[in-house]
Amino acid sequence: MLSKKIILAAAAAMATASGLAVMAVAEPADEELVIDGEIQMVTRAKAPEGHPFDEVLSGWLYRTPETRELETDTFTNPGMLYVERGEEIWNTVDGAAGKSCASCHGDASETMAGVGASFPKWDADAKRPINIELQINKCREQNMQAAPYKFDHADQKALTTFIKHQSLGQPIQVDLSQGDMQSWWEQGKELYYTRYGQLNLSCASCHEENNGRYIRADHLSQGNVNGFPTYRLKQANMVSLHSRFRGCIRDTRAEFPAALSDELMSLEVYTTWRGTGLSVETPAVRQ
Amino acid sequence: MAAPKPRVKVPKSASAGEVITIKTLISHNMESGQRKDKDGKVIPRQIINKFTCEFNGTQVFGCDIAPAISANPYFEFTAKVPQSGTFKFTWVDDNGEIYTHEQAIEVK
Repeated sequence: MLSKKIILAAAAAMATASGLAVMAVAEPADEELVIDGEIQMVTRAKAPEGHPFDEVLSGWLYRTPETRELETDTFTNPGMLYVERGEEIWNTVDGAAGKSCASCHGDASETMAGVGASFPKWDADAKRPINIELQINKCREQNMQAAPYKFDHADQKALTTFIKHQSLGQPIQVDLSQGDMQSWWEQGKELYYTRYGQLNLSCASCHEENNGRYIRADHLSQGNVNGFPTYRLKQANMVSLHSRFRGCIRDTRAEFPAALSDELMSLEVYTTWRGTGLSVETPAVRQ
Repeated sequence: MAAPKPRVKVPKSASAGEVITIKTLISHNMESGQRKDKDGKVIPRQIINKFTCEFNGTQVFGCDIAPAISANPYFEFTAKVPQSGTFKFTWVDDNGEIYTHEQAIEVK
């Protein structure tokens, strides 16, 4: 009798211990992303040289079937409303010079093709990397004599989404040979692996070491940025990349860097590189 | 965002009596009236409060919309198409504005 009680108690203790240790794991979806039945998207790509993974995966594969479906149709994709708004802005004159984006850049579907897949680039004037948001403001100030957008202004998000969307389907490929891009990549890499905050988490803690596992109810992806600006169902709005960076770091209960700061620009260079080969999905639909 | 823009997806043609799926979307902030601005003042409610769909003058779908519906309301429903005609979609805004869209369908 006594031995049976001990066995039962031991079994219960083991079950509890293993229950605490077992984390929910789910495979990323085994599905192809085709938009409007026409555009074949690359959601799995061979990782670039020097990458810790063999294969890089789009965040799309980690979402629920309902969320994934929204992105397959440009009608149901809520982000497309912002692409339309961005197109309106593209064609609207703004600033003392009396120009619109279209005045210089004409038809965005031609002139902006490939731009979303190759940014951030090196800005020789500012001697730092430049992303779409900064490029828009540079154009506004220098060429349109218009006031630069405040970070995350609704028009900035819509226009960035529109511009990046012109590269839909094209593989991410940043040129690290320009200027000092390589050293900014190094800085971004260091940031990626640095633990922050009260929770002492680095980007790698979740996205490298635990992708595929759940953090509370969130299915962790590899953290690639090929879909930004992203339509987040949680916000019912577009979310910019630097806003997401700040949110992630805030969630570690750390003080978070300013948007478009040196830290976050270097992180943008590095994380964009980590998704090399994945298709631009902007506007991606995520949770 | 800018002026509410409706978008509608209706098949171009159908066979007589076929049941088709219609998808509709309208860009609209759908301000619920529950939010407060940074000074603590309530942001007044402004939503689309009604949506109807008519086919050749007869209503085939309609709903009253409450503040719980999120921004850019999306409605998907089915309709039987007895003959060629036109679908007319109507969205009514709290402020009295009415947005409409029409789409024709051919019965082969």
